[in-house]
Amino acid sequence: MPLRAYLSRHIEELLGKVEAAVSPHRYAVLRRKLVLIMVAAAVLPLVAMSVINFQQYQNSLSRELQNPMRVLLGKTRSAFDFFLAERTASVSFVAAAYRFSELSDERELNRIFQVIKQKFEGFVDLGLIASNGTQVSYAGPYKLQGKDYSAQSWFNEVVFKGRYVSDVFLGFRHFPHLVIAVQHLSEDGSYWVLRATIDTRQFDRLIASAGLEPDMDMFLVSRAGVLQTNSLYYGRVLEKLPFPMPQASYETTVRPFTDPTGRDLFMAYTFFPETEYALMAVKPRTSALKTWYTMRTDLAAIFLAGVLFILVAAYKLMGLLIRRLQESDDRRELALRQMEHTQKLSSIGRLAAGVAHEVNNPLAIINEKAGLMKDLMGMRQEFPDRERYTGLIDAILRSVERCRGITHRMLGFARQMDVKIENIDVNEVLHETVSFLEKEASYRNIELAMNLADSLPLIASDRGQLQQVFLNIVNNAFAAVADHEGHISVTTWEKDPETIGVSIQDNGCGMSDETLKHIFEPFFTTKKGTGTGLGLSITYGIVKRLGGDIAVQSKPGQGTMFTIFLPKTTPDGAYKS
Amino acid sequence: MSLNMENWKVLLVDDEEEFVSTLAERLAIRGIQTRTALDGETGLRRLAEDPPHVLLLDVMMPGMRGLDVLRAVKRDHPAVQVILLTGQGSTKDGIEGMKEGAFDYMMKPFNIDGLVAKIGEAVEQALRAG
Repeated sequence: MPLRAYLSRHIEELLGKVEAAVSPHRYAVLRRKLVLIMVAAAVLPLVAMSVINFQQYQNSLSRELQNPMRVLLGKTRSAFDFFLAERTASVSFVAAAYRFSELSDERELNRIFQVIKQKFEGFVDLGLIASNGTQVSYAGPYKLQGKDYSAQSWFNEVVFKGRYVSDVFLGFRHFPHLVIAVQHLSEDGSYWVLRATIDTRQFDRLIASAGLEPDMDMFLVSRAGVLQTNSLYYGRVLEKLPFPMPQASYETTVRPFTDPTGRDLFMAYTFFPETEYALMAVKPRTSALKTWYTMRTDLAAIFLAGVLFILVAAYKLMGLLIRRLQESDDRRELALRQMEHTQKLSSIGRLAAGVAHEVNNPLAIINEKAGLMKDLMGMRQEFPDRERYTGLIDAILRSVERCRGITHRMLGFARQMDVKIENIDVNEVLHETVSFLEKEASYRNIELAMNLADSLPLIASDRGQLQQVFLNIVNNAFAAVADHEGHISVTTWEKDPETIGVSIQDNGCGMSDETLKHIFEPFFTTKKGTGTGLGLSITYGIVKRLGGDIAVQSKPGQGTMFTIFLPKTTPDGAYKS
Repeated sequence: MSLNMENWKVLLVDDEEEFVSTLAERLAIRGIQTRTALDGETGLRRLAEDPPHVLLLDVMMPGMRGLDVLRAVKRDHPAVQVILLTGQGSTKDGIEGMKEGAFDYMMKPFNIDGLVAKIGEAVEQALRAG
């Protein structure tokens, strides 16, 4: 799996090779990689989601766009169906309700025609045609009595099918109209045909009442592609559509379509099963998709803003993380360097001591030789160029003195590395230490008792460090006791031939067992806010380094006693840090 | 009670021959009779033949170490005052020596007048002890 391999390689780099990652360039590379991984992890799902959203939205939107057209078309078709069915039914009713003799009476037919015309809009005329095809009677604005229809195809069709609805045509009336003809069979087997003409301007009214959007065009068309109503885009009634008719379908169909003038449209159409008509509607796609385009812009804006946000967040976050990493690396580096430095110093110190020793012996020889020369010269009464030689010898002696200064400084430096062991009177050190605090004791009215053993032997130890130990503990005692009633006693004694003891006891606030458990741990403090928690841990460290031991007893409210045991002679190596 | 410089008896023990001979000559010029030895054993022998007032003793020597010589001297001839000569500025040997009963110590290279003064003090101490 290459991605996994890639990731693990980089994670190894992140975790495993941090040692080497010290140059600023490496941090920059690390940051770039982390940002890339993070951005990829965040942006990829976002992209996937956006694409899926985009497509789903596109689908649902285009359904949403097509639906109104579908509905509108269906509604209008129903209106047409109803219109034609109503008129066909009324003609059928008249044919069935009246006898031939009644209908052939011109006055009677005219009366019936007037009633129909009042009840149903669009009737132009009404005529009764006998089975031989001649017009028997006629009601309407034209003089059509006696006209012979037997040769016309519609007449044969109505005889054959029982009813007939024609295409729109101008005919000799010179306005668009259509014909509805119904055949009536009487009981005796004879038949006649009742024929009505309908003014198709009614169709335009039906379409107008459908409530079209301004840029939408809807028209009725024959199966042959001849317009039956006026079209907004494709001409007037009875003109031919400039594109071929689609496959006949009685379902309402909506599809994208480009017409011969290059307009991008949605085209919706449905065919009438009973008649030769199809209802068709077109709508420019640009207007239909306007909401879609704004939606797409919004989507893109949100996507871009999201990506930008992720980028900025990843960059900032990683910057912070890398800076922390760098800081902690730097700190560790510094600690390592300090340790190295200390070690270097101590080896330099040892080296210096060796060199100084080696140099001091020959230096002593030079010193004595030159001194002897001077002595010998001084013993002579006469010495040629005495002045000159005296000057030369003095120069040698001055140089020796200079070298001595250098070697002694080197040795002094070497000595700093080690604890300086001297013969020490612990009583004296205690006196000196307590003297720092006597002023405070008198201010606060604290009783300070020194019960020091008279013949306490000297011990080999480091004066400065012992002083720090005593000062630390006495200071703590001072902090623990109350003014006016505080009592601190310092006691020394010879515990055994190898060890002396020092105890410092107070009657202060004391400590709980819990506190006692942690008292020598570094960073443990009860002086909240003011203590470092290092005092007693340093004290403990010093006492241990000097080969001694330290113990503490305490009861809350009763006081505390620290006891320190120090060896009279420092064990070998104990003073080496 | 005090002695003239001419009657001070000094023994110098150091492994550096050039240093020993030169320092002995310079002390002689100042009227201090100085016998010498180039190692610890010889030094102890010379000391036993005729115990001096003051022993000038190098701390770092091959063979018998200076501090061992010091201990032997303090054991057998406690009146003899020992001044340690040390090339190592480290006071460790010096302090160790003081604990073992040395009179004082001097760090090489030193000023001859300082040494003579210190020998004088040591002689007086030796006379008191003796």
